[in-house]
Amino acid sequence: MDLSAINPVLLIASLMVAATPLLLAAIGELVVEKAGVLNLGVEGMMIIGAICGFAIAVESSSPLLGLIAAMIGGAVLSLLFAFLTQVALANQVASGLALTLFGLGLSALMGQSYVGVKPPAMAKLDLPILSDLPIIGPILFSHDPVLYFGIGLTAAIWALLKFSRIGLILRAVGENAEAAHALGYHVVRVRIMAILFGGACAGLGGAYISLIRVPQWTEGMTAGIGWIALALVVFASWKPWRVLLGAYLFGGINVLQLNLQAAGIAIPVEYLAMSPYLITILVLVIMSADKSRAPASLGKIFHASQ
Amino acid sequence: MTETLLSINSLTKAYPGVVANDSVSFDIKEGEVHALLGENGAGKSTLVKMIYGLVKPDSGEMLWHGQPFAPAEPRAARATGVAMVFQHFSLFDALNVAENVALGMEDPPKMGDLAARIKSVSEAYGLPLDPFRTVGDLSAGERQRVEIIRCLLQDPKLLIMDEPTSVLTPQEVDILFETLRKLRAEGTSILYISHKLEEIRALCDQATILRLGKNVGSCVPAETSARQMAEMMVGDSLQTPTRTAQDGGEVILQVSSLSAASANPFGTRLKDISFSVKSGEILGLGGVAGNGQDELLAALSGELKTSSDVVQIRGTGVGHLGPNERRAIGTLAAPEERLGHAAAPNMSLVENALLTGAIRQSLTDRGFVNWKGATEFAEEIIEKFDVRTPGSDRAARALSGGNLQKFVIGREVLQNPDVLIVNQPTWGVDAAAAAAIRQSLLDLAANGAAIVVISQDLDELMEISDRFGALNEGRLSDVRPAAGLTIDEIGLMMGGAHGMEVAQVNQGDTAQEVPA
Repeated sequence: MDLSAINPVLLIASLMVAATPLLLAAIGELVVEKAGVLNLGVEGMMIIGAICGFAIAVESSSPLLGLIAAMIGGAVLSLLFAFLTQVALANQVASGLALTLFGLGLSALMGQSYVGVKPPAMAKLDLPILSDLPIIGPILFSHDPVLYFGIGLTAAIWALLKFSRIGLILRAVGENAEAAHALGYHVVRVRIMAILFGGACAGLGGAYISLIRVPQWTEGMTAGIGWIALALVVFASWKPWRVLLGAYLFGGINVLQLNLQAAGIAIPVEYLAMSPYLITILVLVIMSADKSRAPASLGKIFHASQ
Repeated sequence: MTETLLSINSLTKAYPGVVANDSVSFDIKEGEVHALLGENGAGKSTLVKMIYGLVKPDSGEMLWHGQPFAPAEPRAARATGVAMVFQHFSLFDALNVAENVALGMEDPPKMGDLAARIKSVSEAYGLPLDPFRTVGDLSAGERQRVEIIRCLLQDPKLLIMDEPTSVLTPQEVDILFETLRKLRAEGTSILYISHKLEEIRALCDQATILRLGKNVGSCVPAETSARQMAEMMVGDSLQTPTRTAQDGGEVILQVSSLSAASANPFGTRLKDISFSVKSGEILGLGGVAGNGQDELLAALSGELKTSSDVVQIRGTGVGHLGPNERRAIGTLAAPEERLGHAAAPNMSLVENALLTGAIRQSLTDRGFVNWKGATEFAEEIIEKFDVRTPGSDRAARALSGGNLQKFVIGREVLQNPDVLIVNQPTWGVDAAAAAAIRQSLLDLAANGAAIVVISQDLDELMEISDRFGALNEGRLSDVRPAAGLTIDEIGLMMGGAHGMEVAQVNQGDTAQEVPA
């Protein structure tokens, strides 16, 4: 066992990378749930985003085009969910589960010819002076742009929900769809927009795995991150900054346990592998012991009758 | 002040199977409080929804100051000057007062400015509100103030109020009426929907009466008796429940120092409640909704268990028994919420009759259901309580609210209980059926049962109770003989005006002190 092989600077830098797909997917799902919709299809939208992004990036040799394609792919798949739940008034839980299963299958089909292919690399941020600073440089100023986008998105969603009129309407729709309708707001329209946004975020999170974090395509490569994102939103009490904290905690312990495995620590690998899930949920459960609660209309079907 | 603000010309709106409004016409003048009267299902709500742009009429037209007025959505109606206070509050529990108000406005100012305006307007109209409190924590009266302030901030020309007083104490009603009179003096027209006829007589200048979707007449409420208006609504003469003289029997139900936490996280804790009910007696419990009514019913029905001696039936402690064990000894209950609590919405009427009737009517035998007996029992309820349904095999949710209410009450009454606890027995039931339900409760008492009636409807409680008490924040007031109680005394028993006494409707001669 050699713990000195673990470099704390690299550890922190890589935990931010490990956390980003989870953060993106969870922020998207947070907005969806704030609008009162429970979309369990996050995993499916992520994997579709992963393959769409990967395929377009390889074909066009442009990682940026790949990321845009991933967002479109995730959004298109979520449109199916939006149609089922908002227009056809299907059950949200069943529709979401179906979306995940469908996404996993479809992505495997689409990705058959991309196994073993190497995608074009995404340029990392390289600021003169700042990126060369010791310790701070590698941690803060040497990442890919998507990672910063994720943090910026968290801040933007927090501000949007707290201060803007759009955020207020979104929360109102999630809190009491009937009352929002009675006041003349378009409940279904707001919810479809939120679902599309959630799909795009999940797609981007998926593509982050296949284009930046891993980067390669394998079947089922999102490996349950979508499910963690769903749990994270709940345990973070629907608060954006807590989602960020939870994602970084999860990413951090994940990276740490991989490092510990590599260092040959005398704890069975299985325990190490389950530790990120346990610790993240434990911390967030303790934090969510305050008064905050789910949007009151979450998961309920709304139909403007009469 | 005589110019017509809104003219409604033969508006018609049909839903599959029912014509909600059939060529309804009337005019609302400027600065007039216009009452819209009618039974449940008479089409009042549909009519105001058309004015507010939530529902589009099939035919007919509306004129606003002589110009055609056809709002496509509430936003358009609000822009014209129509504001509406909803019967079921259109509020968002998790948001604060200012956010709730902002959602009802087209172009709200910044939160800070809005909060200041809410404070100033609410104080000017004697309805004090803290803009930053979370609406979920407010009392029913305060929640209604939020709705009213939301409307007032838009300077409406026409304010629609749908059953605004059903959740208020008498003192709060007085303050509301002062506010409405002040608005009228400023030239605002008010369309006031209610079935509380005395309130309409006190407040309204003109009344239009709807029956089965048709305009069946109009009157000047101040010159018409409540009884005449009620008969116009029903289209028939009213039966007033009659009661036989009671002499005090033995005490059957005895509750001593009942304190219990609510099962619902937003519920009310019961605090040291004691009372007794004699054989042949009806105890009426008033109070604004949400002050412990549901919890008290649960404690008496057995849903909420207490220590044995807290609830006693004929001297035997039953506090530890569950609902079925209490049914076995003749203690029955009919909770307020019909769908989901008193009846299982997706089950048939036969199955619903079986659910509470199985024990006393012996509808099960060694674990097997006696369907024949259950069907007969259900059909007996349908016949004796005039439940309008195509058959006993219909799902409970297919019945209208009033019909299901008749079924739920009938199911318990026909089991001949020794003790019956009912919450809101005539809620949503039309006047004729309500009279029949009240009569059945009186008859049951005349046969020696002890009855507890929990209700929001004070007129109903005064009509049928022998003694009256009020619930306020989980406590029970003194229980006093119902005969001779004045409305002021009742209001004080209900807890007064919930902090409204600090408000001054300080506009010259309208100023009024409200007792605490």
